Amino acid sequence: MEFPDDLKYSREHEWVLVEGKVATVGITAFAEEQLGDVVFVELPAVGDKVTKDEAMGVVESVKAVSDVYAPVSGTVTEVNDDLPENTELVNEDCYGDGWMVKIELSDPTDLDELMTAAEYETFVQEQQE
Amino acid sequence: MSRTPLYDAHRALGARMVDFAGWDMPVQYQGIIDEHTAVRTRAGLFDVSHMGEIELRGAGALDACQRATANDVRRLRDGSAQYSLLLHPEGGIVDDIIVHRLTAERVMICVNASNRAADFAYLREHATGADVVDVSDATALLALQGPRATAILARCTALPLAEIPRFAFAEGAVAGRAALVAHTGYTGEDGWELYTAAADARALWDALLATGEADGISPAGLGARDTLRLEAALPLYGHELGLDTSPYEARLGWVVQPAKGDFVGRAALLAAKARGPRRQLVGIELVDPGVPRAEYRVLRDGQAVGVLTSGTKSPTLGKGVALGYVDPAASAVGTALAVEIRGRAAAARVVPLPFYRHGGS
Repeated sequence: MEFPDDLKYSREHEWVLVEGKVATVGITAFAEEQLGDVVFVELPAVGDKVTKDEAMGVVESVKAVSDVYAPVSGTVTEVNDDLPENTELVNEDCYGDGWMVKIELSDPTDLDELMTAAEYETFVQEQQE
Repeated sequence: MSRTPLYDAHRALGARMVDFAGWDMPVQYQGIIDEHTAVRTRAGLFDVSHMGEIELRGAGALDACQRATANDVRRLRDGSAQYSLLLHPEGGIVDDIIVHRLTAERVMICVNASNRAADFAYLREHATGADVVDVSDATALLALQGPRATAILARCTALPLAEIPRFAFAEGAVAGRAALVAHTGYTGEDGWELYTAAADARALWDALLATGEADGISPAGLGARDTLRLEAALPLYGHELGLDTSPYEARLGWVVQPAKGDFVGRAALLAAKARGPRRQLVGIELVDPGVPRAEYRVLRDGQAVGVLTSGTKSPTLGKGVALGYVDPAASAVGTALAVEIRGRAAAARVVPLPFYRHGGS
């Protein structure tokens, strides 16, 4: 399972790519593999305010319903409009075409609480034990 | 947790295992949708050895079966099988089963894993005059399903498969192992179910996968089994069926044969029929995007009129489909309904069943 080094990770299994004041967010390879085939994705709308650690969307697989949590607080500036019609992108390319939203950070210190790739990998191993 | 004789095979194939009725079972191998598609277009092989097999033996076997089950056993000859029900004396459903007549003195009943102990106790109580023997632990069950299933099986056996109609079976060697080969299944696709000795299960499993490789066979888990049976509108005990369910409400009126004479639950059944259904099992298709799921409420004009018992996004149809019980007044095909998903009403409608029929409908 791959956890790219240039991303940060939340305890709810979202990844975050930081570029200036904007965070791109998706779910990790661990999350999509646990879910199995994703068949439904519900995302916030552009302009929505999201709050760190609160649900901002839903991802459903054949067997499970799971909330997507905002790993940082801020305003949604962009959403992946391809995703609702092409939910398999979450499984096929979770760090690329399967991205979910871009959030303009309201408090950059939110990033300090996220894990590095190495820390997240350890976190995931502990979850599986 | 209990393990089937194929547990090691599942682990070797990288299956994800889950607890199902106390059994450590494969829910998926490479993925539910891939496995579902394999069964619809090619072939899939399922391990369903968790299911129970209970035999009625002795000169009184058929009479005992006639009294304990709701379908008419007189329709069976040696080598034929029927879908049937065990009814509670008050009319609810104890289990849905398949009755196989091996001989006039030996009947094998395939039962749900979750009900095995209850069914055994039920048959001990009601199938009087026969020896009731639980052979589940000695028996493995493999389901080979899909449009290529017959061609694959034919390469493994000399049994005349073309002469075995649906709901009939024959006994013979498959890949050198003794098996009862039944033309039955739970996927809505053509296929076979193979009962074999637990000790022979692994050899049979490996042989079928190897033989079917050129046909694109895939091992298939309980996840795909559930989406396949739901598209085919086949009921699942604990979801569509239960002790509080009448066969008439569950669209199983064709199974029960009150005219055959007395059997357990007959009086309650006749009373239920006279009273009319309090609710009706229907097929519901989402018009809006979303995934309907068991226990979601069904609304009509904002009022609750029922509840879903099973639901999924149909891999074959690409839309949300569900089974559920609704008020009879809201059960006509075409009725506009809504399904409450996370507090929102998703538009839906009653559609004819099954959602999917092999070869088109």
